[in-house]
Formats: sequence, structure tokens, C-alpha cells
Amino acid sequence: MMSPKLLRRYSDGERMSHWLVALTFVLATLSGLALFHPSLFFFTVPFGGGQWSRFLHPFLGILMTLGFLLLFVKLWRANRVTPEDRVWRRHMVRMLRGDKAGMPPAGQYNYGQKLVFWVMAWSLLVLLVTGVLLWRMLGIPQMLPIDLLRAAVLLHAVSAVVLIAATIMHVYAVIWVKGTARAMTRGTVTESWAKTNHPLWHQEVSKGR
Amino acid sequence: MSVMQSLDVVARSATTVPTPQVRTRAPEVAKLIDESKCIGCKACQVACMTWNDLRDEVGENVGVYDNPTNLTPSSWTVMRFFEVEPEAGSLEWLIRKDGCFHCEDPGCLKACPSPGAIVKYSNGIVDFISEHCIGCGYCVKGCPFDIPRISAADNKAYKCTLCSDRVAVGREPACVKTCPTGAISFGTKADMVAYGEQRAGELQERGFQNAGLYNPEGVGGTHVMYVLKHADQPQMVGLPAVAAISPMVAVWKGVAKPLAVAGMVGAFVAGFFHYMKVGPIEDKAEGSAADRPVKEDA
Repeated sequence: MMSPKLLRRYSDGERMSHWLVALTFVLATLSGLALFHPSLFFFTVPFGGGQWSRFLHPFLGILMTLGFLLLFVKLWRANRVTPEDRVWRRHMVRMLRGDKAGMPPAGQYNYGQKLVFWVMAWSLLVLLVTGVLLWRMLGIPQMLPIDLLRAAVLLHAVSAVVLIAATIMHVYAVIWVKGTARAMTRGTVTESWAKTNHPLWHQEVSKGR
Repeated sequence: MSVMQSLDVVARSATTVPTPQVRTRAPEVAKLIDESKCIGCKACQVACMTWNDLRDEVGENVGVYDNPTNLTPSSWTVMRFFEVEPEAGSLEWLIRKDGCFHCEDPGCLKACPSPGAIVKYSNGIVDFISEHCIGCGYCVKGCPFDIPRISAADNKAYKCTLCSDRVAVGREPACVKTCPTGAISFGTKADMVAYGEQRAGELQERGFQNAGLYNPEGVGGTHVMYVLKHADQPQMVGLPAVAAISPMVAVWKGVAKPLAVAGMVGAFVAGFFHYMKVGPIEDKAEGSAADRPVKEDA
């Protein structure tokens, strides 16, 4: 069998930034969820208990935000929503039914991916700002009015749930669409994957050669 | 500060199952602070330090009697002094002994994420169990009265225990025992409410028409109550006019918890069933079986 032709989708720098975000996301999520719902308090165990979870959580969050910032500067242009995305959005239900053939052709990212990108970016921004306000080690909460802190803690929780939901969709899309994972694990995708899922992007990168 | 076996726990922070409930006969206790009898001597502050073996850092005199100027991790009660003019030209010097209110519905306990770090005993005392405290500061956000203080030395929250250790063995709190004017009383909640109302009535007869008992309903009543000379304006002595758990805390530690967990678990389950129903999306070129139409009942 012929080995399939490969197209480069991500640089090594982009992949490493992505995996920095992925690792720190998992750790920040577990240490955060532990303090959100009592049934999840056992997530503090791998961190060395409640005090350690509370201490490590902000550092993990900062690392995640930094990693995302590296990705963001590289990818935000490709994630701008264009008028063509509206067509894709209208066909979204068809996509969920598995009718990939019936979907309008997508570029480097389809509308669903762009949506996930921006939801993640905005929720991370809210998490960063509210998280810094609540970081006792920096001495900030001690100087702020209590109602601002209460709003911050509520917003922090809401945006965390939004980020987690977006990430579940993100990971599921990789499991669902076969051949996607290697874009991040190897940096390349097969030509047939590109033709199937991102035909306009495929045309673009083929033209360049 | 610690769990006393003789004090039965009726509510425990971050715990979704009931605490042992077989003993429920402990009478509810309360401390009543009579503002009109207080002379601001701070003997209660000294008694609190002595019994609890606390020594705050020596601070600076800021020109008023308040010393220390605020509650700290090692000052669990402070006298607050207020110069007020309830009516034009009638200066009054009001003194309030500040400290934990031991709410019937404690905001700190509601907000606390660490199982068993905050407990409420059947006698109504709300206690911080320091060894379970993780130093997150959620209790500070939950408290309607700005009471808990977190120590920079050990990252643990501290506040008045209502001398739970003394009460457990049938003694009154140290501040009550030491008060030279009898401004602080201690007994069952019912007795203290009755006594407080009687005192308020006496004050009304003496010209303080608005004297009354401060036992805020917004937190289900408290186990530390005041007799105030101007109960219509509790703000005058730095008390919230409407004391209740903030709606933001109520949402965050109430409806948001099950909703968020259901949403996140729901996303997993939806993904799982979606995959099982629809199946994966595979490349056209690989010519997988998924692309071929299925003939029903072939």
C-alpha cells in the first residue's frame, strides 16, 4: 500500500504550546473543580491535599493562559469568522447527523472550530482577570470590596464551566473526526483528511507548491 | 478550633450526606451583648486572648479607642467605638463588641469547599476546624458580617469560637465570664431572646424609642445577638441593615453547583451517545464501510 501524502498543519512551536495548554488545563481544571463541588473534592488528592491544590491552582492557570497566548497570536487570524461561515452554521445540524458530504466546504477552520477557539479565548480572559483578583498570595483580594470578590468568584466558576464544556466538545471532535489527532501529535495530516474536512484549506496549501 | 465529641455536629461544610443525627436534644445557646451596658473597657478582648492563648502584634494608636483597629487572625473580638448623632445636636458614643455572630444559616459554611473545615454544632455554635482549612478565603466571601480573617503565617481562617470548648463542658464563654458590667449574657437562645426583648423594652421606657434586639432573620437568626439603642439604624454601629448571604454566593454555592456538574457530565454522555449513534467521520479516500449505504433488511 502506498504511504499517504502528508500535509503540514501545525509547526512544532504551535504543537508544544497546544500541549502546554492541554496539560495545564487538565491540572487547573481538576484542582479547580475540587473546590467547586464537594463530590469532586477528591481531585485534591493527586495534588497533595486541599492546601496544595489551592496553592498550585493559580500557577497552573497562569501557565495555561501563557500557553494559550502563544497559540492565540499564531492562530487568531485563521479563526476570524467570515460571511461564508454563516452558511456552515446553518448546516450545523446536518454535520451532527454525520452527513459530512452535505456540508459547505470549510477553509483552515470550520465555523464550529472557530466558535470553540473564541469561546476558549474569552473564557480564559475572564478566568485570568477574576483569578488574579482572587489570588490571596498577591495581596489583591485583601484590598478589594467584598462584593467585587463575590462577583469575581461567581464569574470565575461560570467561565470555567464554559471553558470545560468547550474543551469537551473540542476533544470529542478529535475522537469523532478520524485522522485529526495527528495534526497535533505529529504536526501533519493526510491529504485525504484535508480534502474531506477542509477542502478550501487543501486547495490553498496545494496551490502554494 | 477543634472537634469536641460532646458537641454534636448538625452541619458540615462541603458535605452532601447527613451528619449523625441521633442526638438532637442539645439546647441552642446564644450570647447577648447589651450595648447600653457596655463601658468599652476591653476586658472581653483580654479574656478572649487569655482563654484562647492568642497574642496579637502590638499595633499603633490611631487616635481613637479602637485597639486593635480591626479583627485579625489572632484578635477574635474587638470593641468598635462610634460617635453618632441620631438626632441633630444629640451626640452619642456607642460601643459595639464585634466578633462572629454564629448564624443559624452560616454563609461561611455554605461557601467553604473543604469537607468539615467549618461545622455547626447542635447548640448553634459555628466553628472552624483548622486542620481541614485550606486557606482559600471562600468563608470571607460567604460571611455577611466580614468576620473571618486568614492568617498570613499558616493560611488558615480564624474567628471567634464562642468558646466552644468551654461551652462543651458547661461553662460560659470567656468574654461573658469576665465582663464587669454584665453587658454580655449567655444562656439558651430562647432565654436570651426573651431577656433581650425585656432589656429593649426597658430602654424604650427610658427614652430610646427605637431600642431593640438585633437577631437578623436574613441568616435565620444568630447565636450572638445585640440589644441596640437604635435598632432601627444598625448601620450606626457598623452592622448591615439587612444581613443575609449575598445572592452571588447563594447562586455560586447553590444552584450553580448541580447545574454545572450536570452540564459537564451531560456533555460527556451526549458525546458518547452521539458517537455510538452517528459513528466517526472518516476520509472519503479510505473508502471505509461507513461511506457505503446500508441496505436495511438485506
